[in-house]
Amino acid sequence: MRHIVSVLMENEPGALSRVVGLFSQRGYNIESLTVAPTEDASLSRLTLTTDCDDDKIEQVTKHLNKLIDVIKLVDLTEGSHIERELMLVKVKASGAQRAEIKRCCDIFRGQIVDVGPTVYTIQISGTSDKLDAFIASIGDASILEVVRTGVCGLSRGEKVLSL
Amino acid sequence: MELLSGGEMIARALKDEGVEFIFGYPGGAVLHIYDALARTSEIPHILVRHEQAATHAADAYTRSTGKTGVVLVTSGPGATNAITGIATAYMDSIPMVVLSGQVQSHLIGEDAFQETDMIGISRPIVKHSFLVKKQEDIPETIKKAFYLAASGRPGPVVIDLPKDLTNPVDKFPYVYPAEVKMRSYSPAVRGHTGQIKKALQMLLAAKKPVIYYGGGVVQGEASKELITLAHKLGMPVTSTLMGLGAYPASDDAYLGMLGMHGTYEANNAMHHSDVILALGARFDDRVTNTPAKFCPGAKIIHVDIDPASISKTVRADVPIVGPVKSVLEDMLQQLAEMQDKGEVTRDQVALDTWMQQISQWREAQGLWVKPRYELDSGKIKPQQVIEALCRVTKGEAFVCSDVGQHQMFAAQYYQFNKPRRWINSGGLGTMGFGLPAAMGVKLAHPDADVAVVTGEGSIQMNIQELSTCTQYKLPVKIINLNNGFLGMVKQWQDMQYDSRYSQSVYEDSLPDFIKLAEAYGHVGIKVEKLEDLEPALEKAFAMKDKLVFLDIYVDRHEHVYPMHIAPGGSMRDMLLNKTERT
Repeated sequence: MRHIVSVLMENEPGALSRVVGLFSQRGYNIESLTVAPTEDASLSRLTLTTDCDDDKIEQVTKHLNKLIDVIKLVDLTEGSHIERELMLVKVKASGAQRAEIKRCCDIFRGQIVDVGPTVYTIQISGTSDKLDAFIASIGDASILEVVRTGVCGLSRGEKVLSL
Repeated sequence: MELLSGGEMIARALKDEGVEFIFGYPGGAVLHIYDALARTSEIPHILVRHEQAATHAADAYTRSTGKTGVVLVTSGPGATNAITGIATAYMDSIPMVVLSGQVQSHLIGEDAFQETDMIGISRPIVKHSFLVKKQEDIPETIKKAFYLAASGRPGPVVIDLPKDLTNPVDKFPYVYPAEVKMRSYSPAVRGHTGQIKKALQMLLAAKKPVIYYGGGVVQGEASKELITLAHKLGMPVTSTLMGLGAYPASDDAYLGMLGMHGTYEANNAMHHSDVILALGARFDDRVTNTPAKFCPGAKIIHVDIDPASISKTVRADVPIVGPVKSVLEDMLQQLAEMQDKGEVTRDQVALDTWMQQISQWREAQGLWVKPRYELDSGKIKPQQVIEALCRVTKGEAFVCSDVGQHQMFAAQYYQFNKPRRWINSGGLGTMGFGLPAAMGVKLAHPDADVAVVTGEGSIQMNIQELSTCTQYKLPVKIINLNNGFLGMVKQWQDMQYDSRYSQSVYEDSLPDFIKLAEAYGHVGIKVEKLEDLEPALEKAFAMKDKLVFLDIYVDRHEHVYPMHIAPGGSMRDMLLNKTERT
C-alpha cells in the first residue's frame, strides 16, 4: 500500500542524508521525496511516499522517529488528507496540435506557462493520479520532458504537525 | 570567562565530562588536539597499535563499567580503521564517543591528503554524528555527544573535527554546559502503567511462563530487579548471549543461554511456554531460529527502550516501551499492591508441573549436569578449558571473548554470576575484539582477573596489541584455544559442505605463540596435555603482574552443541552432538 509520510525535522546539514540513508540501509523504497524549510527556518518539512505493507511501514516510521534530527512525523494516509504534486511538462505543439493541447490543459486545470514556436510548457498540479491521467491523455508521442516535484500533503481539519 | 583554543576546549570538556581514559592514535589532523592534551590534560591516554583496537578497548571499558568510552583518531585511515569498532559498539548498543580529526574546513571535498567523509562512512553505524563547523560549538557538541551516547538506547556518537578548528592560536570563551536538551530527542523514561498491568496479569495467569532477557538488562542496570521479579513470580529465566551474568548462573531457575547454541532446556522451555516476558532483548535471528515457527503457543510481552525493536521480527502481544529497570520496578510495585489487596491467584499445580518438566529437560541434556562431550578422547576438549578457567578464577573473572567456537564454548560453560563480566561482540561478531577489549577492562579493573578467550584465528586479527599491553603493563591472561582451524567456519563446512575446508586451515603457517609473547616481554605457556591444563591456568593467574599467553592445543574436530537446526527449524529443533538430534 502507498503511504505518504510527512516528517518535521531539524534544518541541519546531513539530516536529509540520514533519512535517505535509512531507507537504503534497511531495504525500504522511496517513490518520491520532497523537502524544504518551513516558516520556521530552523525546521524542514520532508514528505516521502513509499509502497509497503503495514508491518513494514510501522518499522519505517519507528526508525525515522529514532533519527536524532527527526522531531515528529505522521503517516498522512492513515487519515483523511490533502495531497498535491506539481508537474511541468514540455510538449510538442505546432499547427492543429496547439488548440488540442490547450483544450486538454484547460480540462485538467493546467496552465501554459511558456510558449515557443513548436512547444508549450504546461504547469499542472493535483494528486499523482491526476498528473498520471494528464500524461496519458497527452500521449507519449507529444511529450518532450516531464518534471514532477513529488507529493506533499497535509492532514485535513484541525490536525497539525508542529513543534 | 576563560579563553581556550579548540584543542584545549576538547581536552577540558573531556575532563569536565569525567572521562577516565582516552583510547587513541595521533596523526596530522589531530596534532593540535594531542598537543593540547599534552599541555593541559591529565586524563591517561592509551596509545594503541591500530585504531580498531582503540574502539574495542573503549567499548569494553564501557561494557565492564557502564561509563561511556572515548576514542580519538585522526582523519582518513585513522577514521576508517575505527569503523569496525564503531559498528561493533553500535550492534551491541554500547555508548561511545569517537572524536575523529578532519582535514581543514576549506579543504573538505577537495580530496585532500588523508581526507575521508567520516560522517558519511559512519552514518549507518552511529546513533548520531556531528561535523563541527565553529570553535564556539565544541563544548556543547561534546556534551550532546555524551548525552546521546548514553541515554535511551545507547550507541556510538562520532564528532568530526576539522583541523583548523583546533588550532592553538584562536581562543574562545569556554563554558561546559551542565546539561543539554534537544527538542528532537526524548527517549522514554517510564513504561506505560496500563501495559505493565496487562503484562503482570498475563504473567500471573500463565501456566508455563519463561523470562527471556538480553543485553538491555545489563546496560540498563536492571539485574537486581530481574532477579527479584523472577523469584517473586517463580519463573524460569534464560539469557541471550549479551545478557549472561545479569541473572546468576548459580540460581536454580536459570536455564542457561538460549538460541542457536543455547541449552536444550532453555530452547525447549521457550518453545513450549505459554507466556514469554522478553526484557531488553531483540528477538535476534540467532535466538529465534525460524520466526514463523517461533514459540507457537506463547503470548509475548516485550519490554524494550527502543520502540523499533518491538515487533520487528516477532510480533509482541503486550509491547512496553521504556527503560527495563523502571518498568520492572513499576511491575514489582504493582505486584505488591495486588498482593496486598489479595488479588493474586496462581495455578500452582501447573507451575510446579512446568518446573518439573524443565528439570527433566535439564537432567536429560543440560550442559552443567554432566559432560556432554567425549571424555576419553585423549585430547583436550575446548569445553574442558573453559570449565577449568571457571574453576581457577572461581567464576569471578572478566572474560573477554573473541568470535568463533571458543566464544560459544565460553558462553556455554563459564558460569557468570554477575553482570558486566562477560565481554563479547554479539551483534557484529567481530573477530579481533578480545585482546583490545581485555585492555579496556583491565585498565578499569586493575585488580581483577581478566581473561581473553580466543582462538588462533581471532587473536591474530589484533595481535599487535600485545605491544600496548607491554607499554601500559596490562597483565591479562590469553587463553588461546588452538585447533589450527577457523573452528566455526570448519564446523559449518563439516555440516553443510562435506568437510571441504575451503580457506579455513592455517597449514603450518601459525607463529610460535610462546616466542611471540616473549618477544613482547610477556610469558608464554604451551599446553598439550589435559593433566597440564589446570596447573598451567593456576600458574598463569598466579602471575599477577605478567601477561601470560596460554597456547592450548585442543581437539581439532570438536563442534559446538547444541545447535539449532536451520534453516526451517523451530526453537526446539537442535542437533545435540554429531550423531543425535531432537
